[in-house]
Amino acid sequence: MLSNAWLILAFPALGFLYCSLVGRLISRRSCGVVASGAVGLSFLVGLGALVEMLRLPAAAQSVQLPLWNWIAAGKLSVPFSLLVDPLSILMVLVVTGVGFLIHVYATGYMQGDADYARFFALMNIFVLAMLMLVLAGSFLLLMVGWGGVGFASYALIAFWFQKPANAAAGTKAFVMNSIGDVGLLLAIFLIFINFGRLDYSGVFSQASQKLAVNSPMATAVVLLLLIGAAAKSAQLPLHTWLPDAMAGPTPVSALIHAATMVTAGVYLIARTHPLYQLSPTAMTIVATIGALSALFAATIGLVQPNIKRVLAYSTISQLGYMFLAVGVGAFSAGMFHLVTHAFFKALLFMAAGGVIHALAGEEDLRKMGGLWRTVPSMYLGFLVGALALAGFPLLSGFFSKDEIIFAAFASQRGSPVLGVMALSVVGLTGFYVFRAFFLCFHGTSRVDEQVAHHIHKPGLSMVAPVGVLAVLAALGGYINFVGGTGAIDRFLSPVFERYTDPVPVAVGAEAMQEPLMMVSVLVGLGGIFVAYLMYVRYPNAAARVGGWYPGLYRLFLNKWYVDELYGFLFLRPGRWLGELLAGPVDGAITDGIVRGAARSVEWFALGFKRVETGFVRDYALAILLGATVVLFYLMQIGGVR
Amino acid sequence: MIAPQSHYLILSGILFVLGMSGVLVRKNPLVMFMSIELMLNAANLAFVTFAYRFGAIEGQVVAFFVMTVAAAEVVVGLAIISSIFRVRANVDVDEVSSLKG
Repeated sequence: MLSNAWLILAFPALGFLYCSLVGRLISRRSCGVVASGAVGLSFLVGLGALVEMLRLPAAAQSVQLPLWNWIAAGKLSVPFSLLVDPLSILMVLVVTGVGFLIHVYATGYMQGDADYARFFALMNIFVLAMLMLVLAGSFLLLMVGWGGVGFASYALIAFWFQKPANAAAGTKAFVMNSIGDVGLLLAIFLIFINFGRLDYSGVFSQASQKLAVNSPMATAVVLLLLIGAAAKSAQLPLHTWLPDAMAGPTPVSALIHAATMVTAGVYLIARTHPLYQLSPTAMTIVATIGALSALFAATIGLVQPNIKRVLAYSTISQLGYMFLAVGVGAFSAGMFHLVTHAFFKALLFMAAGGVIHALAGEEDLRKMGGLWRTVPSMYLGFLVGALALAGFPLLSGFFSKDEIIFAAFASQRGSPVLGVMALSVVGLTGFYVFRAFFLCFHGTSRVDEQVAHHIHKPGLSMVAPVGVLAVLAALGGYINFVGGTGAIDRFLSPVFERYTDPVPVAVGAEAMQEPLMMVSVLVGLGGIFVAYLMYVRYPNAAARVGGWYPGLYRLFLNKWYVDELYGFLFLRPGRWLGELLAGPVDGAITDGIVRGAARSVEWFALGFKRVETGFVRDYALAILLGATVVLFYLMQIGGVR
Repeated sequence: MIAPQSHYLILSGILFVLGMSGVLVRKNPLVMFMSIELMLNAANLAFVTFAYRFGAIEGQVVAFFVMTVAAAEVVVGLAIISSIFRVRANVDVDEVSSLKG
């Protein structure tokens, strides 16, 4: 089965071709079925690969699959090869598993949309690109997938492009991601200069010989990789595109902007850990960016009125956790959180999507309330997702988050500051997600009269995936206990311990694990309790608290004015430059040259025009004179004697 | 007795200048045509003379080519003239100046 891993890519590719070329001609319905089925088949192949992998000894679990020779030019030789190992299989299972559920959900969610076929074609090409990204055996193939998911994300954010705001959101995501793509490309160039090759195994096995620990070159390579990772995973300071990306259909937000694509940055850092290990400075930067993003995005999430934006900031915040984890060297903890986050965040988005669908597109929390009776299935789904996100004991988020908080304190690269930041985010998370939960499902209904009369009840295709994901979000944490504690760590150790030693945990830190777990649970429950007090018990409290700190409230509501700052720093000078180039430079210089050329031709023409009299005898005379001149010249040089 | 070759060349020059003046001063296209024929035949005469002088056959061959080309030229030229005549009453070349720039 391992050698058949290319099938994982083939199914979504065929699904894409079907939906984009023939599906729309045959029937709309078939597109949804084929697209979902393609992803489901990929999942089954991935599952088969996992089963076979588990039977192999650890050393044989990493398989290179060269499919064909892709690029051969001089010293550069890049085969189109896939790397099947525990890390990529884990990602494949998350992408196709969650992807399959979201595809099924989307068949219901997008039912009434005119562009049904285009939607599923794009979803399948996204899955294809994402799978290529995680299965790539070299940096160059990674870049192909990297660019592909960027494109699919752009096209799906701007899916309803008739509304200019959606098109702008798509463009914004594309531009921000391009910054990251440039960073990634430059990193690939530097890797090629230093190693002369681009395949993972070659680069990683030579990493410690060719690059000295903490050398400027090593730091430069990984910081450029970090730019790519941060842009894709919406980490500070390149996070601004993700909240706007909520303009896309909700299944897109669930699949691309919560569960899979945005985790590509975490995957990239985990995949290139042999390089990161060479630069403790860069690792510290990764951890710091992660912790800051987690805290920063959580504060914004506290006050956002749009339910999808709350979840978007929550995603940034949770991705910050993953960055923190990989930054302190706890790679498998980061991957574990990536998996559980994919479950509960996709669940939250799908439940929120169910509400939005029921309310005919309403996303504003201020126009919801009391919906638990209207859409009970989504209510339960959201509740499970929210509890898992808040780290409620024994749900999936609880296990993965605790590992990260523990690592932030205990790892030798960690520090108490990072740990305290991670802990405080737990409280904020509990608060903001339950704020959204209470505002949406509890209290009195603030739904518009007209909308309330036309509730779209979610169909089975929407409820079933929510149910499956709810089970996964609740119990997903136990995959870490299959065959004893730390199963994920053991499963991934062939990857993370193949080229480098793991980052050691500080001496005597084990003793901290249980107290930390207690503290984080208490902080999380505290956040939930405060949300309960402010939004259920004393519904007027929220406004009053906001009134006490108007400055802080506005700061959070306006997302720390980062968009405005970027507008001031980059957009405005860019526009100035554009106006300068369009006006004086283009008008006077470029156009001047062009017009001048045309005018001088005209002058010549006006001068020579006099010669053309139209009288035959003038031409005859001119010929005569010309012949005479030629004759005299020939006689002069002796051509005619 | 054969006249000296220089006489032939002088005759050729006189014929050429006559033809040239005809082309330059006359207004009637038919007369201009005849003048052009005169110039062509002046050139033919010179060709044949030199061919005789140097014992080379090429000059005589070229004279035949020139005659052929002249005949073709007359065909085209007369066609043009007759179509001009169809459009306007007289065929004064000074009035046919639509090529003026």
